[in-house]
Amino acid sequence: MRVLMLGWEFPPFISGGLGTACYGLTKAMSQLGIKVTFVLPKQVDGDYATHVKLLTPGSKGAVSDEFSGLEGCKNISFRTIGSPLRPYSTPEFYRQSIERMLERTGKKNKDIPQNWQFEGIDYSGDMYTEVHRYAALANNLAKDEEFDIIHAHDWMTYPAAIAIAGLTGKPLVVHIHSTEFDRSGEHVNQMIYDIEKKGFYSADKIIAVSHFTRNILISRYGVPGGKIEVVYNGVERNGTDNWPLEKSGIQKDEKIVLFLGRITMQKGPEYFLQAAQRVLSVMDNVKFVMAGSGDLAHRTIEMAAELGIGDKVLFTGFLRGDDVKKIYQMADLYVMPSVSEPFGIAPLEALDNDVPVIISRQSGVSEVLVHALKVDFWDVDEIANKIVAVLKHPPLQITLRNYGNFEVRKLRWSESAAKCAKIYEQMLTPVG
Amino acid sequence: MASVCFYFQAHQPMRLRHYTVFDKHHNYFDDRGNAAICRKVANKCYLPANRLMLKLIRKHQGRFKIAYGITGVLLEQIISFAPEVMSTFDALAETGCVEFLGETYYHSLSFLYSKEDFLEQVKKHSSTIESYFGQKPRVFRNTELIYNNELAAFIESLGLFDAIITEGADHILGYRSPDFVYRPKGCEKLKLLLKNYSLSDDIAFRFSNRDWKQWPLTADKFARWVNKVNGNGNVVNLFMDYETFGEHQWKDTGIFDFLKHLPDEILKHPDNDFKTPTEVVNSYPPMDEVDVPNLISWADTERDTSAWIGNAMQSNAIHELYRLEDEIKKTADKKIIEDWRKLQISDHFYYMCTKWFADGDVHKYFNPYDSPYDAYINYMNILSNLKMRCFLHKDLKKVQRLFENRKSQPETVIA
Repeated sequence: MRVLMLGWEFPPFISGGLGTACYGLTKAMSQLGIKVTFVLPKQVDGDYATHVKLLTPGSKGAVSDEFSGLEGCKNISFRTIGSPLRPYSTPEFYRQSIERMLERTGKKNKDIPQNWQFEGIDYSGDMYTEVHRYAALANNLAKDEEFDIIHAHDWMTYPAAIAIAGLTGKPLVVHIHSTEFDRSGEHVNQMIYDIEKKGFYSADKIIAVSHFTRNILISRYGVPGGKIEVVYNGVERNGTDNWPLEKSGIQKDEKIVLFLGRITMQKGPEYFLQAAQRVLSVMDNVKFVMAGSGDLAHRTIEMAAELGIGDKVLFTGFLRGDDVKKIYQMADLYVMPSVSEPFGIAPLEALDNDVPVIISRQSGVSEVLVHALKVDFWDVDEIANKIVAVLKHPPLQITLRNYGNFEVRKLRWSESAAKCAKIYEQMLTPVG
Repeated sequence: MASVCFYFQAHQPMRLRHYTVFDKHHNYFDDRGNAAICRKVANKCYLPANRLMLKLIRKHQGRFKIAYGITGVLLEQIISFAPEVMSTFDALAETGCVEFLGETYYHSLSFLYSKEDFLEQVKKHSSTIESYFGQKPRVFRNTELIYNNELAAFIESLGLFDAIITEGADHILGYRSPDFVYRPKGCEKLKLLLKNYSLSDDIAFRFSNRDWKQWPLTADKFARWVNKVNGNGNVVNLFMDYETFGEHQWKDTGIFDFLKHLPDEILKHPDNDFKTPTEVVNSYPPMDEVDVPNLISWADTERDTSAWIGNAMQSNAIHELYRLEDEIKKTADKKIIEDWRKLQISDHFYYMCTKWFADGDVHKYFNPYDSPYDAYINYMNILSNLKMRCFLHKDLKKVQRLFENRKSQPETVIA
């Protein structure tokens, strides 16, 4: 079976869970013998520029070198399309990054070109046009590919996927990792909502990462429930290479409570801080570490100061690779107070690293985890109550850690990939 | 001769209210929730079952007999929340066909942690039963039928009881049948009654299970199984939770109809009768000695204590609780001591059990917590508040003493 998969990001160039999920899923699919061609936008300019070989990919797409050596991914090939599209970004962010890019290339003050067909310029003036430009390029690229099924991850790739499905007549699966309601609360961006909705209606099958998300699709988008399958995410097992703590250079006389994720409205950073303040009213030897970046990062730092706990909260910025491992090794507890979390892979990673977790009930991962403490994100007293309990009572920490680590081993990407494969098979089997 | 000995255990814990580390008040128990559950169980089980028992006893004119074990904490709740149940128990006591058994007032695991407090709780329970029902318990059953040789010896040494009850677990009996009276190893007078778990669980657990090949269980079928014991045993001990009737097995399963017809069917056989535990003890000699060096209980398939003290949280919580004993008793504050004892109710630890957590199961019965972790956190918050009260009490006394000393001293006259 050959799958044309459309995504936004892929390790090591990731900003959140979507890249991790795509990596885990495709790797496991590859092990099942499914051939995957992974198409993703390639950042021409940006934070990762130093890691990327700047062989500017033509709009026709190119086999990407930097991904080719990935372990266990022999059945996966990559096609990149030059585009500044970034997951989780907003139209405002998009405009800013285009302007930054123009500044650097000396094209400032020139009008932003509106015509994406203009050769040599890999972007368009606004995000929506860019999404459609991306669709056209992907469509072009798909002409050269052989595949049986199209699998698209999240809204930015939906127009491309719909176009390719229309052109080739191949069945379309859309995978939903996050809806506009998760990201923006009630202040949804109408155009993104429309694109998502169009994707859901054009798809032959929808894969939601949790029942939590499935319910949002039914109640907010009016999607018939029979069309939606739930496939939970897995977690990539890092093995047992426990680093001795000395290596991280941290003296542990203080307890460390970790927030790891994008610092955005969706992730509930303010609830984390409010809970921290409550905890500090009854305990002293605790530090709260916030690892991640996002549009609320500055606001959150200010808030820590306003709450009078600035000296107890550390901000690390965005962490990747070994730094993530190190921070898990330092942490006594991981807290995910998400307001709306379709799945939430990070708590699984925390458990995999022997860190007990407190997770919001408003998350998909709370459907699959039993050995985790669960809270409503708004209930800061209860979050604080549970944080104090874990820090104060070693037997609680031990029990959560032992059972949690055992439980998380059952959530493997191989299961998720097998479920996807089953869905593909059902779709490819002629009716009757 | 096969005697049927029914013994029903009636108990409801005093569940704790949600208590965070930030709470400072001393109202640990969820009175509203406990009242609601108590009334619900009273209406579904205690009242209809008591009325049916009363009817059966009257109908059979002394030939149908039963025994109850009612915990002190349930009696307290019945009196506060469902007093009408008390009058039906009174009426049952007056028939002379009902025996009441002894146990720890607080349904606690105190025997394992404090013999001193265990004894106080057993005495408190006995005197409570005597004051309400006019009879002093002569047969003892420990919480959840937790038992070993040491307990039997301790109970014998008290001289308060003629017999003790426990689970007829296979591994303590070997080839022997539970349908005889035994003697605990190391005891001279005390007798041992063993639960016939197979026949007991046919009623208590399997009655409404449609996958069970014996479903539906009828009174005459059950009587036939009991008759088979004739010639192979003296007594069939049917021990179960009283909540089996109407609560574990709902009314629409036909459990009350089954019970209604059972005495008739049992008594059809001329060699059968019903006996209370004390009558069993007086009628049959011990057949053999039973050696139980390790703790057993009637819980789960393991028949051990792991449901209450099997994981790190449970063990930590219960040790912290009993470590406070001296401090608690030194305060001599009735309310503090009573709160400490109510925190000994075994259900608090049962809710922290992780064994069956993933599959749900019987551990969910009126469990107020979402998870064993929540149960532990809540319990530990309350325990730390109780500890604080002990210390405050000490300080308070010191202050009072200082104050009194000062008063007793003659005022110095300043010249």
